[in-house]
Amino acid sequence: MKPAPFRYHAPKSIEEAVETLGEVASDDGRVLAGGQSLVPIMAFRLARPAHLVDINGVQALRRLAVEGDRLCIGACVRHAAFHQPVVDGPLGKLLATVVRHIGHYPIRIRGTFCGSIAHADPASEWCLVATALGADMVAQSTRGRRTIAAGDFFRGIMTTALEDDELLSQVRLPLLPTDTRFGFYEFSRRAGDFALGMALVAFRVNDGKVTEPRIAVGGIEAQPRRIALAEQALAGRAPDRAAFETAAEAVAQAVDPLEDAITSAEYRRDLARTVTRRALERAVA
Amino acid sequence: MSEKREITLTINGCTHAIRVDPRRTLVDAIRDDCGQTGTHIGCEHGICGACTVLLDGEPVRSCLMFAVQAEGCQIRTVEGLANGDELHPLQQAFIDHHGLQCGFCTPGFLMLAAGVLERDPNISDDDLLDLLASNLCRCTGYQNIVKAVRAAAVKMGAGR
Repeated sequence: MKPAPFRYHAPKSIEEAVETLGEVASDDGRVLAGGQSLVPIMAFRLARPAHLVDINGVQALRRLAVEGDRLCIGACVRHAAFHQPVVDGPLGKLLATVVRHIGHYPIRIRGTFCGSIAHADPASEWCLVATALGADMVAQSTRGRRTIAAGDFFRGIMTTALEDDELLSQVRLPLLPTDTRFGFYEFSRRAGDFALGMALVAFRVNDGKVTEPRIAVGGIEAQPRRIALAEQALAGRAPDRAAFETAAEAVAQAVDPLEDAITSAEYRRDLARTVTRRALERAVA
Repeated sequence: MSEKREITLTINGCTHAIRVDPRRTLVDAIRDDCGQTGTHIGCEHGICGACTVLLDGEPVRSCLMFAVQAEGCQIRTVEGLANGDELHPLQQAFIDHHGLQCGFCTPGFLMLAAGVLERDPNISDDDLLDLLASNLCRCTGYQNIVKAVRAAAVKMGAGR
């Protein structure tokens, strides 16, 4: 089908974008960035926004830069920007590893990092990255600018802490210490499909023992989540098979899996265990 | 509620001044307003890739963009591949390797591969398979498409 009619706005600055969004938000106005999720749901008429505020013409939102100990990703930075590491060290490699699982190449050319975060699909790879690493989301509106921690941002399936008149202008990811090890594992039925389950882990090893473990799963529950019990199970242990199996089991016990027409909660629980163990194995491979 | 806009699209180097609703997708504008019907419309929600065109050199789904967003961009479609009577190496390879049957998906596959191979003809086999997984074909079983694109990549790499 064709999308329903809408009024089109093409601001040229962040201020103009935020002002326009403020005017149309109460009249079902939406931000259009890469459009790779929004336009399909408009074609299905699942969304019929009365206004689209297209931010692709806002040069300042294309910024991708390191500020202090953070990588700042502007709202118009596309997935494809991460095909090659954007910063030295583990974070750049992590993003380049994960990005290859997002849709297909033409989707990655248009779709944006921040768009995925704002859309908040439970199976979104970037939402998992933001949760696992503790990203800060910067929301701007005519009322001002606020920063929302990843742990407070995701509120369920395609639901976030953003207000209707707020633009997610950038996401700030912490740079990782150079000796950080990471592992990512995603399972989907076909290349480019949404994940049925995935895990992202990161930790350091000091004197043969795991320190600062981060273990998060996505696609399993309504929103990505760090699993504290699994992190506690891994901390202080040697990064070996037995420790990984203990942590993976802790994830399986902790999750409250989504069910749908083709996958049961039990299936997703098993998957959570497997993707976690494989992600941990990749971190030391 | 929405008012038509005057825009100019640049397709294969030719400009087309058209008047469209904001909701007009790029693929509909290319076909119906600009008369370039080589680009096909399949699923209209970004899954099949039949509508793939090059936007400033990169392959994109033209059903997932609005025409008003493509103003000022260089659009390249299947009509822009051949050089006069001389087929693009990808077009010739699809003929030589029987890379199409009904032909519906072919313009999309050609533009997808052209966008990437013209920049990187030395793409690895794994990356090529990953790339070609972007689009759907219901006839060929893909093997001959893969063969055709590999053959074209060799030719395009040698021509440098």
